[in-house]
Amino acid sequence: MKRFVQQPLILCLILATLAALAAACGAGQQSELADELHVYNWSEYVGPEVYEMFEEEFGVRVVEDTFANNEELLAKLQAGAAGYDVIVPSDYMVDIMIQQGLLAELDHDSLPNIENLDPTFTDPPYDPGMVYCVPYLWGTTGIGYNDDAFDEEPDSWTYLFDAAVASQYGGRFTMLNDVREAMGAALKYLGYSLNSTDEQELAEARDLLIEQKQWVHSYNAENYEDLLSADEIVMAHSWSGDVFMVAEEDERIWYAIPQEGGVIWADNLCIPDSSNKKHTAEVFINFMMRPDVAAANSNYTWYASPNQAATEFISEEILEEPAIYPPDDVMDRLEWLEDVGEAAPTYERMWTEVKAAGS
Amino acid sequence: MATRPETRREKMRLMLLLSPSIFWLTVFFLMPLILVFAISFGQRGTYGGVEWVLSLRSYARFIDSLYLRIFARTMGIALATTIICLIIGYPLAYFIATRPPQWRNALVLLLMIPFWTNFLVRTYAWLFILRDQGLVNMVWTGPVHHAVVRAAEVLPLSLLGSLADATEAPLGLFGTNGAIIIGLVYGWLPDMVLPCYASIERLDFSLVEAAQDLYANRLRSFLRVIVPLTLPGIVAGSVLVFIPSLGAYVTPDLLGGAKSVMIGNVIYSQFMSARDYPFGSAVSFVLMAVMLVGTLIYFRTGRE
Amino acid sequence: MAGYKGRRRRRRGRWLNRLLTAHGVLGYLFLYAPIVILVIFSFNASRYASSAWRGFTLRWYGVLFRNKAIGAALRNTLIVAGASTLISTVFGTMVALAMERYEFWGKLGVDGVLYLPIIIPDIAMAVMLLLFFVLTRVSLGLVTIIISHVAFNISFVAVVVRARLAYFDVTLEEAAQDLYANQWQTFRRVTFPLILPGILGGALLAFTLSIDDFVITFFTAGPGSTTLPLRIYSMIKLGITPEVNALSSVMLLASMVLVIVSLALQGGGGAETDIV
Repeated sequence: MKRFVQQPLILCLILATLAALAAACGAGQQSELADELHVYNWSEYVGPEVYEMFEEEFGVRVVEDTFANNEELLAKLQAGAAGYDVIVPSDYMVDIMIQQGLLAELDHDSLPNIENLDPTFTDPPYDPGMVYCVPYLWGTTGIGYNDDAFDEEPDSWTYLFDAAVASQYGGRFTMLNDVREAMGAALKYLGYSLNSTDEQELAEARDLLIEQKQWVHSYNAENYEDLLSADEIVMAHSWSGDVFMVAEEDERIWYAIPQEGGVIWADNLCIPDSSNKKHTAEVFINFMMRPDVAAANSNYTWYASPNQAATEFISEEILEEPAIYPPDDVMDRLEWLEDVGEAAPTYERMWTEVKAAGS
Repeated sequence: MATRPETRREKMRLMLLLSPSIFWLTVFFLMPLILVFAISFGQRGTYGGVEWVLSLRSYARFIDSLYLRIFARTMGIALATTIICLIIGYPLAYFIATRPPQWRNALVLLLMIPFWTNFLVRTYAWLFILRDQGLVNMVWTGPVHHAVVRAAEVLPLSLLGSLADATEAPLGLFGTNGAIIIGLVYGWLPDMVLPCYASIERLDFSLVEAAQDLYANRLRSFLRVIVPLTLPGIVAGSVLVFIPSLGAYVTPDLLGGAKSVMIGNVIYSQFMSARDYPFGSAVSFVLMAVMLVGTLIYFRTGRE
Repeated sequence: MAGYKGRRRRRRGRWLNRLLTAHGVLGYLFLYAPIVILVIFSFNASRYASSAWRGFTLRWYGVLFRNKAIGAALRNTLIVAGASTLISTVFGTMVALAMERYEFWGKLGVDGVLYLPIIIPDIAMAVMLLLFFVLTRVSLGLVTIIISHVAFNISFVAVVVRARLAYFDVTLEEAAQDLYANQWQTFRRVTFPLILPGILGGALLAFTLSIDDFVITFFTAGPGSTTLPLRIYSMIKLGITPEVNALSSVMLLASMVLVIVSLALQGGGGAETDIV
């Protein structure tokens, strides 16, 4: 009787042990996190304690490198800078990267916090169904300004482009050092679409920018908000959050969305295909979608969060500010930047001509 | 005294000494160089990257007046920088060389410190000084302005009046070609002074004295004797200043407010923004070719 | 007659001398004033690195030393500089010996190839190397930076060591060979100690160039391989707090230390000629 029971019993035990080991290994590989995570992000774009919080909770050290604009991000990735685990491209850049096969598909099972997102953002045109990316923060592009220098709010591109008006502020305003944003502003002022591929329209935008150049202090995408507060300039072609960050401390500084309409953009968290720590990256992205974390990021950067559950943690000031969460009628006038495909080299050429002009 | 290797052992030793460097430079220098040359004849893929289709389009684009204009401007700025460095640097080197020996060592030491301070830091120094809220403008719109206003009250001259108006606003120094030149001069001055100094220091000063006896005029003795004798230093210094100035990227970026484009910026944007590798390679290659030719010519004439 | 002319010449000479001295003093002022200004304003208690003096503070140095990103960048910089200096000094010295001691077929070509990296502007070299790494599908990182630095440093080391070798008295070696049977022993006991200052000078130059490099590093850097110059650049572009000034002052101090070290190593006097 003993042997009759023993053998299958032992067999069962062995099998059970093997199965348990396999499960443990599999699960171990699943839940085993890397020591380090490399994030490639815009500068000053994450709440101050967020990386530390992640490190404490998950034991993963976060190393952040920064880039200045989307094109630089793409250039570095295309050049083979492998080893980035999380990147933060903007909407149209996500489109380009998907087409180039640079992004890894997200495993939504590892991202339970994804249900915290506002349904408006869960099916973006550049990445339907959030297959590759998850929206992070969104904002607008407009005009940051110093209250003291203006009688009324400069809420129109006229202030930057109209010869009579702009010349009054000669040498005291900056434009974004970003090809799509600068050309986009010019196109919007001329009444065209920001995503125009018409050579004629682009040429007009270029000529407008060239004419404007004599009054431009500098092309600046990094610290224009500090220049505003330091009284070096009185107007800046700006991304909303940057201006609000400074306005927190300096009450003379404020932000306006131009009446003719401007850019609405969303930055996204994605994983490059070349990353070998995809699981850790997904854990990080999931962490970023936690309501308190998403709110921390929003509260620090003064950008709007696509995370609905985070609303209860985001400061009142931000939620109620129409320049950060614009009302519907303003939203209608805003345009998303989209990939211009074949026209991209044309944009670049026009932009080089603007930069080279005049001197 | 260089000799041909005779024994087998000597030949092997020569090979041993040469190989690592030759290998490294061939793989990581010559091959990339050839690669750039090859790519410049390719075409840009729709999303960056290279399509290996033979085309002269990149070079044709370079001949476009826009880029030639940028190149000419770059040349102008580099030339201005070199000349100013020469004007400031050569007498400075002469000054050091004509001090007593203990002083000389100390002075060279003092020269080395800026030479070995990070280039970005030295460029930033001028950004700090020239900005609209920088030192120069603080003084200009501050004490200078007050002084002029006070003077204008006492002596109502129209000149003082317009000066008072002028000193109310900051001087737009930042973002100009001048700012870039100042930044470049400041950054590369030590590279001019050191070679000049090395040359002058080796001068046999008895020759100088003899020259001064020959020529009544000190200036003439200087031009006819000293300068030719120290020409190697002048040439070396000029080359060491002109070349980096021609390929400057950081200085126009930081001091030019991203408004002025030099050829270095064009190359940078082709690789980091436009991702047009063939065009960027073509511009790069033209730059290198010009420099190589220039250097060769300069050295040939220097030797004569 | 001669006496009269002599006095006039002497007077004009004195005037010229004064001018030269003035130029010298002004020259040094020009070189140092900006950096001194930077250092002074690193103690400015103003939130912005502007020139409005708002009081003395050491706060920005505190911020600087607590800045983890800078610490990481410094570590990367030292790793890169150390590795590239070591490799390029060894290779550069070897090739310098070969060039100064031997004649061989293709020597002119090697000479040219050795000088090219010195003549080529930073940006062209950066671009070349980036393309090379892209097309050979090597991922960008610390290794690619080190490779790039060695590529230009070999030439600089070679130039310095060759200069030193050119002044070398070969009779010393010949005498040693009469005393020692072995070529290697001659090298070790006679040649090497005599050219050591040159080698150290070359190594120091390579080290400095590596630490200071921005453009080439920017193009060949990958994730987590940010070096100090890259970090400084983004600090200058981004935040204009006096922290940048504080960092500049620290780097100035580091340069002073480097200069003193070089002086000690080279035993004074020969310093300038070796570096140049």
